[in-house]
Amino acid sequence: MTLALDAPRIVETRPLLEVHGVSKSYKSIRAVRNVSAHAYQGEVLGIVGESGSGKSTLLRMMNLEEIPETGSYTLDLPDVSGNLFELDRFARRMLCATKIGIVYQNPHLGLLMKHSSSGNVAERLLVAGERSFATLRQAATEALDASEFPLDRLDAPPIELSGGMQQRVQLAKAIALEPALLLLDEPTTGLDVSVQALVLDTLKRLQQDRQITMVIVSHDLGVIRTLADRVMVMRRGEVVETGLADQIFQDPQHPYTQQLVHAKL
Amino acid sequence: MSLSTLTKPWEAMSYGFLDGSAKRELRRKMLKSVAVPGCQMPYASREVPMARGWGTGGLQVSLTLVNPQTRVKVIDQGADDSVNAASIRRFIARVAGTPTTMDTLEADLIQSRHRIPEEILREDQILVLQVPNPEPLRPVQPNMSIARQMHADADYGRMWLQLYEQIVRSGRVMQGASYPSLVHGRHVMTPSPIPRWDVPKLHMAKHLTILSAGREKRIFAVPPYTRVEPLVFSDVPYKVEEHGHLTCTRSGTTGFFMNEIPRDDGTSSFEVSDSEWGVKTIRARDGDGESRGETWYKNGEMPQ
Repeated sequence: MTLALDAPRIVETRPLLEVHGVSKSYKSIRAVRNVSAHAYQGEVLGIVGESGSGKSTLLRMMNLEEIPETGSYTLDLPDVSGNLFELDRFARRMLCATKIGIVYQNPHLGLLMKHSSSGNVAERLLVAGERSFATLRQAATEALDASEFPLDRLDAPPIELSGGMQQRVQLAKAIALEPALLLLDEPTTGLDVSVQALVLDTLKRLQQDRQITMVIVSHDLGVIRTLADRVMVMRRGEVVETGLADQIFQDPQHPYTQQLVHAKL
Repeated sequence: MSLSTLTKPWEAMSYGFLDGSAKRELRRKMLKSVAVPGCQMPYASREVPMARGWGTGGLQVSLTLVNPQTRVKVIDQGADDSVNAASIRRFIARVAGTPTTMDTLEADLIQSRHRIPEEILREDQILVLQVPNPEPLRPVQPNMSIARQMHADADYGRMWLQLYEQIVRSGRVMQGASYPSLVHGRHVMTPSPIPRWDVPKLHMAKHLTILSAGREKRIFAVPPYTRVEPLVFSDVPYKVEEHGHLTCTRSGTTGFFMNEIPRDDGTSSFEVSDSEWGVKTIRARDGDGESRGETWYKNGEMPQ
């Protein structure tokens, strides 16, 4: 039996996410300087860096919460075109609701603490225009199930839940509309190590099942190492090094990256 | 020429209690709110000799709209004879010299708290509703400046979240009063704490409704022949209170919104909430002549 193999081809797809030359200042502080990044369909891009290196600002810009002074942002999706930083408020809101999901470090930013967990997930669909109760209920249950949330606590408000559970609700909310892009801002910081491992596990499984493109920001190299395919190291608002995850962790080139990798206990 | 010939003689107060500038402002804000149905217009709520929260918003609107020929009716929870209704009615009559009435059909201006009369209002009548909390988004967005932005964007997705939660918790929509409604397909308003029973009466109504919150300093309106649609899920229909089959123990009228009166043995009896409707029914029964007008609800059902 002969195995017919195709000759390897050069992949010529465009990246799903492309951020080009963005800069953002807060008064005299230049938070992000001329940063470019891209991520392909189904890829996990990790952004590492110390506190204040501009990684969270970059993520907020990807979620269109903040608009930089310069730079462009494109998503290669069927009905999305042009520089997304130039969209008006309405278009931005609709795009964020339907195409981008985000999980914040602080669940208070992403969740309505006193409404039920399933309601929090359903809100996402409501914003997108879904008006059928049965559909909402089912979609919320499915999303919470996918993020491994215990379904017997479906209607408990997040304020009564543990930190890990709150992150799962956030995650369910983010994936409820099957977004093309999932942004994670320090999703496991503040959780204890065992819960952290469980949440990372969920993320990894989701990524494998759904092939969602993810951008994950963390100062924890362990988290990045577990999830990311490609890593971008940021310092003082600039990218100092990018490369495949293994490359960065095994053979760091930039002195700051070397420091970072070696400083890991 | 002396100064006294140029000035008006001293009076204890302006006509209708409020001074000219206050009335002018209120009129302008009323026009604005009629121009943008359901949109909350801020206004400078004046002091009236009544505590905020007791209908000062409605009273200011009434005082601005009255002239000596306006027949005024005041309702509190459907009743004309409760303390609050009686004192507001007396106050308006005293400061504006208006004739008063309890008959819905005779009134030109109806100030009401929590109810819309059962008899259909006409084009020439104005209904003024007292509103305690004008912001429908408050339960889902505590930040009022963001709520205003949501109104501007018509970003009302979260309103359904409230209904969702109620269905999840209780199996049905529990919102009993101030049921959020979409006015003219654009702004969501809270129609003051009227029961669900009364919300369909606002839809394409012939009369002008002005809703005013004195404490919160907001005024909004439902102009005549304007769509008012309660927010509902596509698969959970809007339901009014199940009062269609209840009979009033005093007047014997059936098919209207009732007040439940608990009895000693644990059961309850019912009394029609619109007291004047009850009075008219009793009068008709006793052979004192028919004075009842056409009602919105017929046989306990709202015709579509």
